[in-house]
Amino acid sequence: MAILVDKNTKVVTQGMTGKSGWYHTSACREYGTNMVAGVSPGKGGTEVESIPVFDSVETAVAETGANVSVIYVPAPFAADAIIEAADAGVPLVICITEGIPVQDMLSVNAYLRTTETRLIGPNCPGVITPDAAKVGIMPGHIHQAGRVGVVSRSGTLTYEAVGQLTGRDIGQSTCVGIGGDPLNGTSFIDCLELFEADDETDAIVMIGEIGGTAEEEAAAWIKENGSKPVVAFIAGATAPAGRTMGHAGAIISGGKGTAEDKFKALEDAGVHVVRSPAGLGEKMKSVIGK
Amino acid sequence: MNLHEYQAKFLLAEYGVPVLPGYLAYTPREAQKAAVNLGGGVCVVKAQVHAGGRGKGGGVKVVKNSAAAFEAAEQILGMKLVTPQTGEEGKLVSKVWVEQGAAIKEEYYVSALVDRESGCVCFVVSREGGMDIEEVADKTPEKILSINVAPESGLQGFHTRKIAQFLGLDKAAARKLEPVVNALYESFVELDCSLLEVNPLVQTDDGEFLCLDAKMAIDDNALYRQRDAFEMMDYDEIDSREITAKEVGISYVALDGNIGCMVNGAGLAMATMDIIKQAGGEPANFLDVGGGATREMVTEAFSLILQDAAVKGVLVNIFGGIMRCDVIAEGIIEAAKTLDIKVPLVVRLRGTNVELGKELLAKSGLEITPADEMDEAAEAIVAAVA
Repeated sequence: MAILVDKNTKVVTQGMTGKSGWYHTSACREYGTNMVAGVSPGKGGTEVESIPVFDSVETAVAETGANVSVIYVPAPFAADAIIEAADAGVPLVICITEGIPVQDMLSVNAYLRTTETRLIGPNCPGVITPDAAKVGIMPGHIHQAGRVGVVSRSGTLTYEAVGQLTGRDIGQSTCVGIGGDPLNGTSFIDCLELFEADDETDAIVMIGEIGGTAEEEAAAWIKENGSKPVVAFIAGATAPAGRTMGHAGAIISGGKGTAEDKFKALEDAGVHVVRSPAGLGEKMKSVIGK
Repeated sequence: MNLHEYQAKFLLAEYGVPVLPGYLAYTPREAQKAAVNLGGGVCVVKAQVHAGGRGKGGGVKVVKNSAAAFEAAEQILGMKLVTPQTGEEGKLVSKVWVEQGAAIKEEYYVSALVDRESGCVCFVVSREGGMDIEEVADKTPEKILSINVAPESGLQGFHTRKIAQFLGLDKAAARKLEPVVNALYESFVELDCSLLEVNPLVQTDDGEFLCLDAKMAIDDNALYRQRDAFEMMDYDEIDSREITAKEVGISYVALDGNIGCMVNGAGLAMATMDIIKQAGGEPANFLDVGGGATREMVTEAFSLILQDAAVKGVLVNIFGGIMRCDVIAEGIIEAAKTLDIKVPLVVRLRGTNVELGKELLAKSGLEITPADEMDEAAEAIVAAVA
């Protein structure tokens, strides 16, 4: 089954008629994803290369049965787009858009708490289940279907990890980019839970970054609940303090947020930690005995 | 984006946060005039630079009269202010804020920030006002209260009552504090702050609350709708290369090493810095050329990297997704020609159109060391600059 997206996924693209919206809609369709609709307010009733365009997500869902939305609309309008998709009852919303103000995300997350909708991102590459569905901006051709789940806060660093896996003939069940923003919809723990419950996933690659405490919380979750092996890397051991983390932020987390803290928390939870980003594939190979 | 104290106070005053009158001064004479305008009595002369701990480095002086204000400004203006946050080289002070003095009874600490884990605005308060709050948090965490305000509820009376109680205020003082906290919350949300810190928030002898210092950072992603704050950007406080980078859509942070890096994606850029360090080298910068970089942006990125005189070699690490490796290769070739790159260059390309990209580089006749893996690339550039 993999997780989140599969052969039954029907995608509506919000912001499809924009330049990058169309570029990626087209690339996802080429990959074999069922791209059923686009939404561009004011352009309803038209179509782009046989994909119908609607004025609202609500009508797009009603007409096409779309069950996943992917969002490329510009940052100032992205919060509106996410809330519209959730309001239309779309169960999975994947927001690629980068640069959404944090205050907007506070409102979005508050609204999402009242719905059943799951948000992936924002500021993420999307989700891919190789050979089944690609919903996002990742290069499809570097992936290979298999049994290792990947979850990451990064974009290209995820491609790097996937490239190392595929290069060693280790396929992926699903790869999820949860996004690099301080506030996102789906956390590491949410994805770890999904992978844990997925009988097509045997092991997990987790890629974190400095800032916040999401990795520490994931480590605590793994220690309590994780039965599948996890290989992890944290980017930013050499990043200067204060450039990415606010002064008062350090107080809340009680000195947490550095790469070293995250590495230690993960090691303590029995995670197979690699200190070099070049070692992810090789470590997974030895962990799964391939 | 960080604001100066005087700018933050200006914005806060619009929301009804109580601040003292003051004037900005660029010369000792202006400072003296400011002191006269403030009544000629006790006032405070404060260096305006983006760094905390200004008092410790001699950047804040309390003076008794306008003549003393002149002298204090004379000492502070033009100094290289060294604080725990500036590093050894310090920061040049070009302006001071001259503010009326206050009769202080109590000093408190109040800040607000966005708590990522809970998705709430979080107030942090303490009775240890005026102190280094990180040290307080580290040594005596029980002296700090963190209180989350959910966006669904907004700030309510019980939040402020909890704060007042923790600060040990009596009923009368608590009543005075409430509108101040309300105004801080309102300004935090409406100004798209990522951090708002008032340290100290003081209570004067006559029982009033005053925001004596203010540190404010605005969410960069919200600057398009925060024009007032955007207009306040002090370009003297930002590395000129970082400004140029921002203008062309590249994210760049200057570091202390000698190996320049050009990478696509923030995570991969950090990972590239990490692996350079592991190979025994020191990165000269963080550089994310972005997802949809063009040839021109690659040239721009090289030009930024090479403006740093410390750079003795450059590592390019590109994993092509949206970005095609052949476009990157063309950009590198063009940059190498137009910028006349003399330092060693290691290029590692992966992803979309990688073979085409490699071929272009090989045929270019340029002295480029190709690499297939990240560790191999890092070792090659470290060896080349050694």
